[in-house]
Amino acid sequence: MSARRGPRFVAQLSFTMLVCAFLIVPVVLSVLAGVSVNFFIGVKSGLTLRWVGEVWSLYRDSIFLSMKIAIACLAVTLVLGVPIAYVLARAANRWTRLFEELLVLPVAVPGLATALALILFYGEWRAFRASWTFILVGHVLFTLPFMVRSVVAVMSAIDLRTLEDAAASLGAGFLQRFFGVIIPNARAGILAGALMVVTLSIGEFNITWMLHTPLTKTIPVGLADSYASMRLEIGSAYTIVFFIMIVPLLIAMQWLSAERNPGKAAT
Amino acid sequence: MTNLASGVRLDACGKTFDDGTQALEPIDLEIAAGETVVLLGPSGCGKTTTLRIIAGLEQPDAGGRVWFGAEDVTALPIERRNVGMVFQSYALFPNMSVAGNIGYGLKVRRVEAAARSREVLRLLDMMHLSGMGERRVDQLSGGQRQRVALARALAVRPRVLLLDEPLTALDAKLRESLRIDIDRLLRTLGMTAVYVTHDQAEAMALGDRIAVMSHGRIAQIGTPQDIYYRPATEFVADFIGTMNRLPGQCHDGVLRVAGGSLPLPADGHGADHAMFRPQDGQIVAPGQGDLAGRIAAVFFLGNATRIIVELDDVQSVVVETGERRAFREGDRVGVRVDPGGIMTLRR
Amino acid sequence: MHRGNTRLLLLALPAVVVFAAFWLLPMARLVQVGASGPRGIAAYAAVVTDSNYFASLVATVAVSFAVTVATLVVSAIAGLFLQRNAFPGRGVLVAMLTFPLAFPGVVVGFMVIMLAGRQGLIGNVTDALFGYPVVFAYSMAGLFVGYLYFSIPRVILTVMAAVGKLDPALEEAARSLGATPWQVVRDVVIPGLRPALIASGAICFATSMGAFGTAFTLATNINVLPITIYTEFTNYANFSLAAALSLVLGLITWAALAFARSLAGSTVAAAA
Repeated sequence: MSARRGPRFVAQLSFTMLVCAFLIVPVVLSVLAGVSVNFFIGVKSGLTLRWVGEVWSLYRDSIFLSMKIAIACLAVTLVLGVPIAYVLARAANRWTRLFEELLVLPVAVPGLATALALILFYGEWRAFRASWTFILVGHVLFTLPFMVRSVVAVMSAIDLRTLEDAAASLGAGFLQRFFGVIIPNARAGILAGALMVVTLSIGEFNITWMLHTPLTKTIPVGLADSYASMRLEIGSAYTIVFFIMIVPLLIAMQWLSAERNPGKAAT
Repeated sequence: MTNLASGVRLDACGKTFDDGTQALEPIDLEIAAGETVVLLGPSGCGKTTTLRIIAGLEQPDAGGRVWFGAEDVTALPIERRNVGMVFQSYALFPNMSVAGNIGYGLKVRRVEAAARSREVLRLLDMMHLSGMGERRVDQLSGGQRQRVALARALAVRPRVLLLDEPLTALDAKLRESLRIDIDRLLRTLGMTAVYVTHDQAEAMALGDRIAVMSHGRIAQIGTPQDIYYRPATEFVADFIGTMNRLPGQCHDGVLRVAGGSLPLPADGHGADHAMFRPQDGQIVAPGQGDLAGRIAAVFFLGNATRIIVELDDVQSVVVETGERRAFREGDRVGVRVDPGGIMTLRR
Repeated sequence: MHRGNTRLLLLALPAVVVFAAFWLLPMARLVQVGASGPRGIAAYAAVVTDSNYFASLVATVAVSFAVTVATLVVSAIAGLFLQRNAFPGRGVLVAMLTFPLAFPGVVVGFMVIMLAGRQGLIGNVTDALFGYPVVFAYSMAGLFVGYLYFSIPRVILTVMAAVGKLDPALEEAARSLGATPWQVVRDVVIPGLRPALIASGAICFATSMGAFGTAFTLATNINVLPITIYTEFTNYANFSLAAALSLVLGLITWAALAFARSLAGSTVAAAA
């Protein structure tokens, strides 16, 4: 690539760095606020982990609940999503296309609508309404399309049908083909989908806010609560906790996509 | 290696797809144990469908039956037919090593690990792949992948080996050398094999018999010599090699055609046409030979020279010769045709 | 073949049953509830017939549209620059630009508060410079900034992918014909990026229309449709109207996304 580093380059670089600053400065500020003794005075007031400790004592349950829901959500989307993805990749017809369209709707319509529908339909069922599985249902609806699409994309990229024919010609029955050939060759898509599902589940707010009860608060619900009713330092410290949870997931996702599309420069 | 090869018989096997298109009219086909039959034809002729019916990947329409030896396998799915199949794309499992691919059929059959790896080593050796067992399949060249695919199919000691255009994805040189390897392998192992291709040279070289297919039907089945020198239909005559075909009127065993006349073979008396291959013609001085015409074009091909001779405004013939002479466009010439090379369509 | 179809049906069954039980049936109830209020079926038209809701709709569309335009301009410039230039630190810049991708709306709202809230950066700086703090986080302007924050990373990634797929020979051809850099951008690059820009613009618009978390964090009195629906439901227990409005809103966002997908066929990434 020829880089004529003229004034145009400098102008574009400055603009891009400005955009970057817009996105990153608030992150840095909130991290600083979360570890400053008094954010109003600034970092010179001293650094402390007191606010993180307060978050731990106030919102510990929400962190565990979010983890529990994310893992359960992953398990459910794997069990539901991988088989349906296989069906969608294998049989492309009117019905499978229709179902694929329907499946995306919980993402396409505002979470508010999905949440209202769930409350109006299942709200009377008290035990379910009050349990964490009520939130899980919302998360599954919201994340399932991401799992399905990620797996379908990988399954469509390989010649699934011929690989399966080959395995069958060698004597493999359906279960042997599914677990010995199909799943291993779709694992990049399954892994990408899994990371996506966990990340989205941990951050989901729109549906969760409507579905939660005082006893079933997830991290984003707790965040909204702390932003509204706690001092800024506590909200910030809580945000740090959230960052710490999603950063490894983001790094894993970037690493995975780099793994799948190794540098075009190699050719 | 014990020979488990069995013959194959198709009884009235047709195939109509869900959308109503008929890929295959009901055909009968009998393949002897140890025989190699090549299904040859242009794309869409039904050859792959026939292969997939034998494999068990497609069910024949009602009434069709597939026999392996004396066993009716029509209702058996492919995984229980004990066939070996080589796919055009090879279909090697990307998640397994070379050895994993070759041993997969044995693993599925619960062959214990030590016996399995012995067998894999033997096959690697046989396919000139020694030392490559632990490679990933995407580290192999096209020719190596092809040999792995073949080894994988042979590892299960199939009753029938099915090959679906196995050399199409390779370049011409490699194709030639692998063709020789496959030929030797099929002979030494005494395999019953069904080989699908659209390449007539491949078909000629490999087939004990060739079934030429067109529009979902077997146009002709016979030895390569049969197909080449005694084509049963116009389609077969045209599809295999280049054929000169001249219409005319028959008088006393001689066919009058544009530019002269040709003696008809004994079994072709009364025919309204005669055919001959380009290499059975010879360019001679004007006034001599069977046909008279003018050289319209000359192509030097390296191993031969191809000459197009115009007989009149509509008819021309192609002659191929190894002679090292100069042929000039526009020259008036005669064409002599080897009487043994003149044929008519059987009826 | 028949056996294969039965197997596919069995594999599809769990997902189909769960989806029908937990989304299709509840949605059908929502549609029914929407028409069961005092307004009857006319509730579905309330968003245009009732001046309060209509004002809310107009405000939502206006802020979403403004965010879409601003995001496209900013992301096109930055995305084009990042994909076309190799320089030290580029990887770090791209990583920082994509970091906020996983932020839920509430966190985005908090980022806006950090920038433009009562104790925010802009307030402090303006206070020091002019003697009075500029605070706009808790208003429509704050919402605009929040949606911009949310949308830029997504659109930049789309633009970068689309630029990577442009055939460089086209630009070389234009330059060989004597086009200036600006003419190349106008006549070759922008037309080449148009499908990606329109598609990601539609996604950006739909996401902004339906987003709830950001507005909820900034102020519960910002007059946008999702907040209106929330208020009708929680504060006034007006279930039927909340149902009707949320369905109308869902129809709008779904149509925008369907339009985007018909152009790009790419994964719809809408998470607010």
